[in-house]
Amino acid sequence: MKSEPNPFDDIPGTTLFDAQRSRQGYHLNMFCMSLMKADNREAFKADEAAYLQKFPMTAEQRDAVLKREWNRLISLGGNIYFLAKLFSTDGKSFQHVAAIMTGSTQEDYARMMINGGRSPEGNRSKKDWENRG
Amino acid sequence: MAKLVAGVATSHVPAIGAAIDLGKTEEPYWKPLFQGYELSKKWIAEQKPDVIILVYNDHASAFSLELIPTFALGCAAEFPPADEGWGPRKVPVVKGHPELAWHIAQSVILDEFDLTIVNNMAVDHGLTVPLSLLFGQPSEWPCQVIPLAVNVVQYPPPTGNRCYNLGKAIRRAVDSFDPDLKVMIFGTGGMSHQLQGPRAGLINRAFDTAFLDNLTKDPRKLSQMPHIDYVREAGSEGIELVMWLIMRGALDEKVREVYRFYHVPASNTAVGHIILENEA
Repeated sequence: MKSEPNPFDDIPGTTLFDAQRSRQGYHLNMFCMSLMKADNREAFKADEAAYLQKFPMTAEQRDAVLKREWNRLISLGGNIYFLAKLFSTDGKSFQHVAAIMTGSTQEDYARMMINGGRSPEGNRSKKDWENRG
Repeated sequence: MAKLVAGVATSHVPAIGAAIDLGKTEEPYWKPLFQGYELSKKWIAEQKPDVIILVYNDHASAFSLELIPTFALGCAAEFPPADEGWGPRKVPVVKGHPELAWHIAQSVILDEFDLTIVNNMAVDHGLTVPLSLLFGQPSEWPCQVIPLAVNVVQYPPPTGNRCYNLGKAIRRAVDSFDPDLKVMIFGTGGMSHQLQGPRAGLINRAFDTAFLDNLTKDPRKLSQMPHIDYVREAGSEGIELVMWLIMRGALDEKVREVYRFYHVPASNTAVGHIILENEA
């Protein structure tokens, strides 16, 4: 059976948390989930690398956690609501992390939102992004 | 007999809860948003529902990747506010209505909607922020609440059509419940927003406006919209809007739009709110 191209792949700057990502990111996301408990947050903060060894994640996933590379974490199967446990442990907000993921400063990002957000015009298809030069 | 009188839809942005809890509602950033709910607070105080069926999604609080129910109905007597990583919100414990909840579970499962029954569940901002928006900061919530958690985190969420039809099944269940109860249903989440990746911050006012229009006038058409349209047009988290269709499905075919409010932004999100009443 030949699989059809996934139409969601055409949406620029967007990763669908589908079955494949969920399998890939299971231990990464469950690590994030562990940070819901105060004791675990303390243990993680005390020695991040050692704490990460408790979870059977890939070396790349551990590296991306240590460096807080949010887009890379998403590409390695991280889901934003689980990653939120990690940036909340850091005392960071959704808006702070969203700004980083868009390559913007938090100030510029916040201004964009106050001005009505990112327009769907020019942001619907990967073709739109290729053409913007 | 129990009577389903009205539906309410509202966004459930966590930052709104934080603004309420930290006393920031009068700040220039937040004031226009909270003003948009003043009329709704008066309306619901006059309406005095006995029970609210509250459709929302859990954000990796009660459910992780270990267990991902598509539809989970809270049948317990109470539901504590969840600790989402910085301590639970200081809001009242949510009191359930086990008798009606179990009746709904029994009725819709025999109606071929195989939902999950939950007796132990903490409820996160998805459920408590809508209550705060409509009821403010009381020492006890003024009515009982039946949580209905919908998976919209792991793709695929249920289709709009499935949600709409589940709403209809819930209505049949409420209509067949003997005790005299005034019941409302809330659909929460949305509107357009994207929290992840280089396209984060997407807001689509035209999409949101059309969604609100059709929610009142042509929900059947809305129920046919495929997931790809939600994600492309309303952002990866805009897909939460399928939950509003459960609310709409539970109402009459023809409804009266009592109130509508739309505001950008609350943090990363377009806030939408609508009140629909059954005509009878």
